[in-house]
Amino acid sequence: MNKTKIAGVAAFLLVLYAVVPWGIAASGRTDFFYTLTSVALLSIASAGVWLTFYIGRINIGQGAYALAGGYVSAVLITQYGLSFWLTLPLAGLFCVLLAVLIGLPILRLRGVYFAMVTLVLTEVMRLTALALPITQGAKGITSIPLPGELSLFGITLIPDFASLENPKIGFYWMAVTFMVIAYAVLWRIVNSRLGHLCRSLQQNEELASSIGVNTAYLRVVAYSISSFFGGIAGASFIAISQSIYPSSFQVNDSVNFMLNCFLGGLGYVLGPMLGTLMLYFGWDLLFTTGKYQLLIYASLLIALMLALPNGVLSLFDKKKA
Amino acid sequence: MTKILEVSNVTKRFGGLTAVNDVSFSVTRGEILSVIGPNGAGKSTLFKLISSFLPTTSGEVRLEGELINNLAPHIVARRGVVRTFQETTIFRSMTVRENIIVSHHLRSRASLWGFFIGSEIARTDEKEFGESADNIIEFLGLQAIRDEFASTLPQGHLRALGMAIGLATNPKVLLLDEPFAGMNHDETMNMVDLVRRLRDERGVTVLLVEHDMPAVMKISDRIVVLNFGEKIAEGTPLEIQNNERVIEAYLGSEDAAIGM
Repeated sequence: MNKTKIAGVAAFLLVLYAVVPWGIAASGRTDFFYTLTSVALLSIASAGVWLTFYIGRINIGQGAYALAGGYVSAVLITQYGLSFWLTLPLAGLFCVLLAVLIGLPILRLRGVYFAMVTLVLTEVMRLTALALPITQGAKGITSIPLPGELSLFGITLIPDFASLENPKIGFYWMAVTFMVIAYAVLWRIVNSRLGHLCRSLQQNEELASSIGVNTAYLRVVAYSISSFFGGIAGASFIAISQSIYPSSFQVNDSVNFMLNCFLGGLGYVLGPMLGTLMLYFGWDLLFTTGKYQLLIYASLLIALMLALPNGVLSLFDKKKA
Repeated sequence: MTKILEVSNVTKRFGGLTAVNDVSFSVTRGEILSVIGPNGAGKSTLFKLISSFLPTTSGEVRLEGELINNLAPHIVARRGVVRTFQETTIFRSMTVRENIIVSHHLRSRASLWGFFIGSEIARTDEKEFGESADNIIEFLGLQAIRDEFASTLPQGHLRALGMAIGLATNPKVLLLDEPFAGMNHDETMNMVDLVRRLRDERGVTVLLVEHDMPAVMKISDRIVVLNFGEKIAEGTPLEIQNNERVIEAYLGSEDAAIGM
């Protein structure tokens, strides 16, 4: 990493951890904490979708993994009394397992066929959550306790959220930290050999296998990481809302995760983050337009995609591929 | 002279159509062997069978005595049989150098996790890939375009890049799919030169499928002729030119007449 990049990352972290909380405190708009927490968590799920794009697959099924991750965490907390911090990685791992089982058969499909199957996944997950006894059907799981204390060797790393004066700020810190870690991981993947191989897969699977790349294995690896992100995002979300229903993540959300990637730019690691921020705030800002909200929103989206087919971040790109 | 690749009684049927019928021949280590034949003779199918892109219906393909048919392409590549494609098959949104570096995959000793955390082995690997890529770039004379995106390259360069990708995998046997197609006389002669150097300087055994008869006659040590999926002749260029069955097969076909 060169100096400009380090400076950029430092500035970004400063904004996330200092400028934004200070700004919100100064303006008194504490509701922004919730909005930004949502954006941070949704952008983690979108980062996963972005990684599936990176191997050349259109993934419209991230909602399924977010829902699965959410339920795993909720069930483990309410019925087995586990700590939220322990259920978080378990939710991610459960999604990895799910992704391997689902991915093995469906990742052979390409283009629109893969997209269609993943689109159905979210609906299948919703119906599963409705039908299973452990997820308590349409009633969902409610009154999930706030994340407890996380301590290691007697040292408190994270205090009990219930003891916090303002849990909203706590959640903001948590979500932002998760987001930073997720994007650091994504950045590292893209810039290591794994990323190069993913790109080779995206551009020409036949050639990739002829240079010795085990394409089937690599696709499952990428899809599993993607789903892990989805599961983590879902589990974190339900910790905030303290409840989960089969409708917590719907087809709509899956489509949004994909749109975030498109809007931000499929060629840029930070694309899904920017896309999530813009889509989320764009929708909110248009609230004042009342019944025309959806019309204006959709028109703007179409215009943006026509004008910047490679995403908003391509505006700042000097080199051309 | 040892045999490196043996094709024995290989047959491929697609439903009722027999694309390759009981074909046998062997490739000697360090030779350049061409497979020729009129359109639809089954040459490309034969290539796909050898590289395991298609399963055989019956018969065997052996590399240094070991069976390699009906495996996955990446496993056959790992064993040392690598297929290059016609010019459209490259990684379009990578630079020439990136194309070559990523194709060093088979030589990597570090695991994906090792590459992720940047382990010692991974860093050595990366360094070696870079050096080897520069080496190949120099070998093929691609220095001027090393940082160009592959999607912007003209056909001649793409063909050379395809060969560079093949070389990066360090193959024992390189399968070249119509390396001279669509080239003018000068380009063809350059390519003939290049393929010879691959063999002479890098010790790669070359198996190629080609339509361009003058080039085939010039470059090949031996030639195998297919017609309607069957082998009708095998021999040196001179023998092939005088083989009656071959002349018969080509008469009236659209392909160029056999000759120099």
